[in-house]
Amino acid sequence: MTGSPHVHVGNTSVAAVMAKVMAALIPGTIAHAWFFGPGIWVSLLLCGLFALVLEALLLRLRGLPLKPFLGDGSVLLTAWLLALSLPTLAPWWLYLIGTLFAVVVAKHLYGGLGQNLFNPAMVGYAALIIGFPAYMTLWPGPIGAVDHSLTLWEAFDLVFAGQGAVSHDAVTAATALDTWRTQTRLGTPVDDILTRPMFGWIGARGHEIVAAMYLLGGLLLLSARVITWHIPVAFLAGIVLTSGALHLIDPAAHADPLFHLFSGAAMLGAFFIATDPVTAASTPRGKLIYAGLAGFLVVVIRTWGAYPDGVAFAVLLMNACVPFIDDYTHPRVFGHKRASKP
Amino acid sequence: MSRRLFPFHGGVHPEPHKRESNTTPIRAMPLLPRYVVPMRQHIGEPARPTVHVGDHVLRGQIIGEAQGYVSTAVHAPTSGRVVALEPRPAAHPSGLYDLAVVIEADGDDRAVAFQPLDWRNMDASALRNRVRDLGVAGLGGAVFPSYVKLNPGAQRIHTLIVNGAECEPWITCDDRLMRERAGETLRGIAIMRHCLAAERVLIGIEDNKPEAIAAMRAALAALDADDARGVEIVAVPSIYPAGGGKQLTYLLTGLETPSGGRSTDLGIQVFNVGTAYALWRAVELGEPLISRVVTVTGHVAAPGNFEARLGTPLVDLIAAAGGELPGATGQIVGGPMMGFDLMDDAAPVTKAVNCVIVKNATLFPPRAPDLPCIRCDACARACPVVLQPFDLYWYSRAKDFGRAQSYHLFDCIECGCCSYVCPSHIPLVDYFRYAKSEIWQREREKLAADQARQRHEFKTFRLEREKREKAEKFAKAAEKTKAAAGAPVDADAERKQALLKAAMERAQKAKEAVQPKNVDNLPPAVQREIDEIEARRAAARDAAEHPADAGADK
Repeated sequence: MTGSPHVHVGNTSVAAVMAKVMAALIPGTIAHAWFFGPGIWVSLLLCGLFALVLEALLLRLRGLPLKPFLGDGSVLLTAWLLALSLPTLAPWWLYLIGTLFAVVVAKHLYGGLGQNLFNPAMVGYAALIIGFPAYMTLWPGPIGAVDHSLTLWEAFDLVFAGQGAVSHDAVTAATALDTWRTQTRLGTPVDDILTRPMFGWIGARGHEIVAAMYLLGGLLLLSARVITWHIPVAFLAGIVLTSGALHLIDPAAHADPLFHLFSGAAMLGAFFIATDPVTAASTPRGKLIYAGLAGFLVVVIRTWGAYPDGVAFAVLLMNACVPFIDDYTHPRVFGHKRASKP
Repeated sequence: MSRRLFPFHGGVHPEPHKRESNTTPIRAMPLLPRYVVPMRQHIGEPARPTVHVGDHVLRGQIIGEAQGYVSTAVHAPTSGRVVALEPRPAAHPSGLYDLAVVIEADGDDRAVAFQPLDWRNMDASALRNRVRDLGVAGLGGAVFPSYVKLNPGAQRIHTLIVNGAECEPWITCDDRLMRERAGETLRGIAIMRHCLAAERVLIGIEDNKPEAIAAMRAALAALDADDARGVEIVAVPSIYPAGGGKQLTYLLTGLETPSGGRSTDLGIQVFNVGTAYALWRAVELGEPLISRVVTVTGHVAAPGNFEARLGTPLVDLIAAAGGELPGATGQIVGGPMMGFDLMDDAAPVTKAVNCVIVKNATLFPPRAPDLPCIRCDACARACPVVLQPFDLYWYSRAKDFGRAQSYHLFDCIECGCCSYVCPSHIPLVDYFRYAKSEIWQREREKLAADQARQRHEFKTFRLEREKREKAEKFAKAAEKTKAAAGAPVDADAERKQALLKAAMERAQKAKEAVQPKNVDNLPPAVQREIDEIEARRAAARDAAEHPADAGADK
């Protein structure tokens, strides 16, 4: 028998929280499909399928009931975030390996739902970009920047057969972040770089609209009180302040803050990745420190790192600091003079 | 008239369910053939019975007298004969029995002569002693003997806060009381204020009770100018737990009651409106506390509020409300956020019982199975004490009680907001209650072990001393006999003994300086809880040790 309270707010559950986050991903996902072709549907389907199968398998191995844990929606959300982070025209086994790292290694080997130290989707992404960097460039170019617009069937063909009626070369293109990084290091003038087809109005072509849709979804999550303002605001502020300072020092070598916000996974990271409650800091001050430093690291990695986008590594590095941050940022408890110390 | 309010952190908005019971006037209960009056109706020492089986008693006669400082008297609810003096089921989460006087009513309902008190001209201490003998205790649920709280002692009380917030869902007894007996309640408040010499009085009422606020304001306008001076009726936002003592104090004054302290540390005393009304009856009418307003609501035919005599079996109270409807799944005593499941509906109404809710599966669905914590911090956002419940949960579950304590587990008021909002449906408050009881148990064990060690050490020391004294005696005798021979005294052994003794005394002092935390200066509510937990442990131990006896009893 359990004691008080005898009532529950009722309209919330882990599944409901996950469902709200997935609902908020819909605008961004549709924009993604609009600008980068139907490949996202293929990768989303594959990641989702692999994730469900692996989750079921691991639950079975761990002797846990399938229904409540498969039904909580957490593994589908992980798969969705992973699919949105990966290039959409990679071979099918890449999605399998990514999902394997996300679901098996990052989640279940750490104890399953609620126990994992690192963001599962980002672990999947990180494993792939370290292990298979070449395949991680197979991003379809945005419409208007590539010669051929892909059909769903062609996307399937590319993912499963690797080669079909169209070749990867015809439909993939370097991303704006990648181009900026390589070209500024080569000394190409900024004006010249920015006229290339993968650049849009303020960020990366296509990506900037997708990012705006993630922003929209994030605001929905805020208004639904699924997340608090602390992490997204601190994350974006970290990016803006760091990139803004660099841009002021040397505009020829460093992109402006708007470009950083509206290219790559900045918006996705701010509202959907860094906010993963299990792996993020949980105290109000802790959230600001955690996300602010993650935003800072995003720009540092994009600027000086070996990888085109820094969101995954920035989040993973800060995940590792979360237990420490949380311990030292407990708020002042009612009736106490000062904040608690561990 | 808008006073600046200070919203506290967190809080929740559960379904109020007030309409079910607050639309009808308070009903009087018919006289019952039998009343069961527990001696423990307040925090502190239970009353000591002053009657015997077979005695005839009158309504309002003392049947249990206060024993000790934190205690108050208990009175007969009607005239009749004492037919039993024995442990009976009590309305308490533990389900333990409490010593009760069972009175068979004679139907005459004759009362002792009530003596109204001239409180304005009475000696303060004499007045308080009368209040103690009239049995007034806090009717908001904590049932702390009121006469103790009416004594400001060395502290200056500048503000009296009267709690009419009634933030728990379903409960409407204070609402109806304020609507129907506002004048009397305000005059009771005037007595409180007189005792405390408080300059101002803030009466906090949640704004979901506009009728009560209007009635109280109207009554205040009609009150003597002297009694009404500095009294303010403040509508506070309806957010649970605005009626928590510390929360209401903060809401109205912006002052935080220090952790482990009381509102009197801030010069503030807090009483419930029901207590004020009971005090008015006790002082101005001379009538002891023998009845209170109780809400009976939920899955019953005719929910409402009842003026129930203390000792009324809850089963009769529920029957007065039309009885349970088909499909009832049990009863809650108190509100749904902090109340407890009733174990036995033969348990009677006491000063602590403000509400009985009959449950059904729709209003109170069984709790969904819990999933792992996802650290979403919904609990932390809801916590009125600014705790991080998910961390406390983590530590409690891992039995890392030291960490739980250093993150202020003992500041938890068990309001239930965290469990209420948890998407994983984790019964967080249950974990915190468990952790607290474990910590108390460990500290008591440590205390017991320390005492045992001290006893042992003293015994060793005593044996040593006796041996030494004996040796000295022998030595002296030997010396006497050898004096002639001129044998030397063993000065070295003497010095060693002195050193040993000094070291022992040092060790003793060091041990005494180490005081266990959390087991001294406990608030009476906590002490009571500990006692009950102890009793349950003892019962469980007994049952485990004497299974044959238990079987034989059946």
